[in-house]
Amino acid sequence: MFRYIASRVLLLVPTFIGISFVAFIFIRLLPGDPIIALAGERGMTPERHQMLMEQFGFNKPIWEQYFLFLWNIFHGDFGTSIASKRAVLADFLTLFPATLELSICAMLFAVIIGIPAGIFAAVKRGSVFDQLSMGIALVGYSMPIFWWGILLIILFAGILHWTPVSGRMDLIYFFKPTTGFMLIDSLISGPKGAFKSAFSHLILPTIVLGTIPLAVIARQTRSAMLEVLGEDYVRTARAKGLAPKRVIGVHALRNAMIPVITTIGLQMGLLMAGAILTETIFSWPGIGKWMIDAIAKRDYVVVQGGLMLVALIVMTVNLIVDLLYAVVNPRIRVK
Amino acid sequence: MKTYKKFLAATALAMLTGGLMAGGASAKNLVFCSEAAPGGFDPALYTGGETLDATGQAVFNKLVEFKLGTSEVEPSLATSWTISDDGLEYTFKLRPGVKFQTTSFFTPTRDMNADDVVFSFERQKEGSKWAKYVEGATYEYFESMDFPKLIKDVKKVDDLTVKISLNKPSAPMLAGLAMDFSSIVSKEYADKLLADGTPQKFNEQPVGTGPYQFVDYQLNTAIRYEANPGYWKGKVKLDNLIFAITTDAAVRVQKIKAGECNITIYPDPADVAGLKADANLKVIQKPGLNVAYLGYNTTQAPFDKPEVRKALNMAIDKKAIVDAVYLGQGTPAVNPIPPTMWSYDKAIKDDEYNPEAAKKALEKAGVKNLSMKIWAMPVARPYMPNGRRTAELLQSDFAKVGVKVEIVSYDWQEYLKRASDPKHDGAVILGWTGDNGDPDNFLAVLLSCQAVGQANRTAWCNKEFTAIIDKAAVTADQAERTKLYEQAQVIFKREAPWATLAHSLVTDVTTKNVTGYVQSAFGVHNFADVDITE
Repeated sequence: MFRYIASRVLLLVPTFIGISFVAFIFIRLLPGDPIIALAGERGMTPERHQMLMEQFGFNKPIWEQYFLFLWNIFHGDFGTSIASKRAVLADFLTLFPATLELSICAMLFAVIIGIPAGIFAAVKRGSVFDQLSMGIALVGYSMPIFWWGILLIILFAGILHWTPVSGRMDLIYFFKPTTGFMLIDSLISGPKGAFKSAFSHLILPTIVLGTIPLAVIARQTRSAMLEVLGEDYVRTARAKGLAPKRVIGVHALRNAMIPVITTIGLQMGLLMAGAILTETIFSWPGIGKWMIDAIAKRDYVVVQGGLMLVALIVMTVNLIVDLLYAVVNPRIRVK
Repeated sequence: MKTYKKFLAATALAMLTGGLMAGGASAKNLVFCSEAAPGGFDPALYTGGETLDATGQAVFNKLVEFKLGTSEVEPSLATSWTISDDGLEYTFKLRPGVKFQTTSFFTPTRDMNADDVVFSFERQKEGSKWAKYVEGATYEYFESMDFPKLIKDVKKVDDLTVKISLNKPSAPMLAGLAMDFSSIVSKEYADKLLADGTPQKFNEQPVGTGPYQFVDYQLNTAIRYEANPGYWKGKVKLDNLIFAITTDAAVRVQKIKAGECNITIYPDPADVAGLKADANLKVIQKPGLNVAYLGYNTTQAPFDKPEVRKALNMAIDKKAIVDAVYLGQGTPAVNPIPPTMWSYDKAIKDDEYNPEAAKKALEKAGVKNLSMKIWAMPVARPYMPNGRRTAELLQSDFAKVGVKVEIVSYDWQEYLKRASDPKHDGAVILGWTGDNGDPDNFLAVLLSCQAVGQANRTAWCNKEFTAIIDKAAVTADQAERTKLYEQAQVIFKREAPWATLAHSLVTDVTTKNVTGYVQSAFGVHNFADVDITE
């Protein structure tokens, strides 16, 4: 097991360096530069533009800029935003809990509904439930997030008034965050009603962000279950006279879960992409919106620093998934 | 269950002690759904309207200010001023007894005085101790208004008198001093932060003399202010002002409909009819101090000939653009400055929409089988709701006179950069919202020879036009300036570097219980006079 963990961790180093290169180059390949964004429509003289490029060090050879970036990252310095003059790491740490909270809720929503729906659809293969739920899953998977979000806002917030329109918390509540997770903070230090407010603000974005993973997980669970249910050991278990619940819940499900866990891990990474749109629609102060703004402003420092931090997190999640995988499937850690 | 009880107890305690919960039950809170997060809280470091609203408008005052809703300059922290005969020296008498805000992070020990005024400008100069107080600090507004070249020095005469000396006379100077980057900041606060080794807080926790004082900023979420109890004009009527940052226009509309905010701005033109129909809302519309245009590259054949540009201008159905793109919320533009601005020349007639005549004029100019590029802005701005749609309408208008149009577009930053290059290929859709109500802020910034390579995206350099604009800028008498700007507009219309497209209406929305809200002339948002009734 130790060897397995060590090999997984070691693999992270080249991945990390590769990502740092992509993160660094990607934003510079886009046309435009961060200096011109400072002046907006006013424009600036070519001389001033040149002067500021020098001042920010963007006229140095590209490899020199890259190694400086790597050097700084290894020293924990993710730089300062060109547009806002704020430290990238500090902003990331402020905003990331919002994204994480939303992502966790969306994933829980997807898992809690998706897995049982997938199992049920597999067990009742060909039934009305199977066809209906898989049809809905396909629609959910194909839904444009932006449209889906606005649609839910208009219906549930605009017409029915069941949920708030956007934000993380009713603005009458104001307290200093301790963890950055609004559900927890509102319980710890929020006034009465704050938790309810935080919860109700989470509902729509959770549904919107959770829709695609829900569809993927449901379909994945169904097909994995179908495959496993056809295996000899399941037939044997049935032949032994085990209760159907036990056959499905223990013998089949545990094996079917391996690809599902992988899917969940991958979806967690994809959630970051979905979060960008969801956060924009719901004025959710997370890193998705932050990164998009930075790309629009060509804020090289925020984009490269932010991408590195996101990459670190996704890599950590993948590592955890790999380890979980080994726990679920002993054959993997022996290989 | 036990933990839950603990939480309840903690909650109750927090409420009893008052905690940080904003206001009491009777407090007057106003929520403004703003369009973007502020860059920071130093009004001189940023050019975006969202930052100016959150700083210069809410927290700070200037020596002189625009009377709300107009471009008229009135006394503020300066009670009076004199200008020397040669126009090179401005002497300001400061208002006595003005206090900087007392907040949880700073308690001033003295009143605002000449040291603060001197510091407010000197700090923005290259080489000052404060020029780089946060990493990447640049004072773009100060630069682009040409203040480093214009201002020779700012000197304290006595505690309540300041003299600003200029290198050359400048008629728009006073208007420049009323802009947000000219906000008067506290030198005492700055010195304290420097001594504490935390100068960056100057950009995080602002201290001004204005109507609202800063309480807290939750990154990309909300900014909280409370009324400044010691405001020199008297405490404002609201107790708390909250900016709820809501970047999506459709969501802002939903929020104000749901009562989650009291004021919002920049709705999509398509939503305005629905907002007007809502009995709980008030829609405030006013002609914006703006213009949208199609700028020809006047160095590129055949657009280097004024007769070709004039002919194309006759092919444009502006009314159709106002109807289809602005959904009626605008007016076709005749001159490069909006009709609400002083010196607007009403006598000038627009090029008549007449495709037949346009066709003939093109033939006469020897132009056949012309094909050209039109640049479509990729973003919506207050002066231009939909660049792509406008480009398509222009394409079909020009097709009627035998001109083939290819529509091109770039990412916004790249668009601006490429359009500034005098060698760019094609005609550019762009526009402008005025900063300070002075015609110089349109004509010099957008059309003078000096602005080629910057905001003059036509590369049009007409010596006669520029000489008139330059003369007007150093002329003190407004009647004389008006005459000069009228002459300039005549030249503009004759030479036609642009097809002037439209001036848009600017739309703000409030709930019915909001009173006293006045739309600014410059696209900033000020809540000093706002009240809210139950």
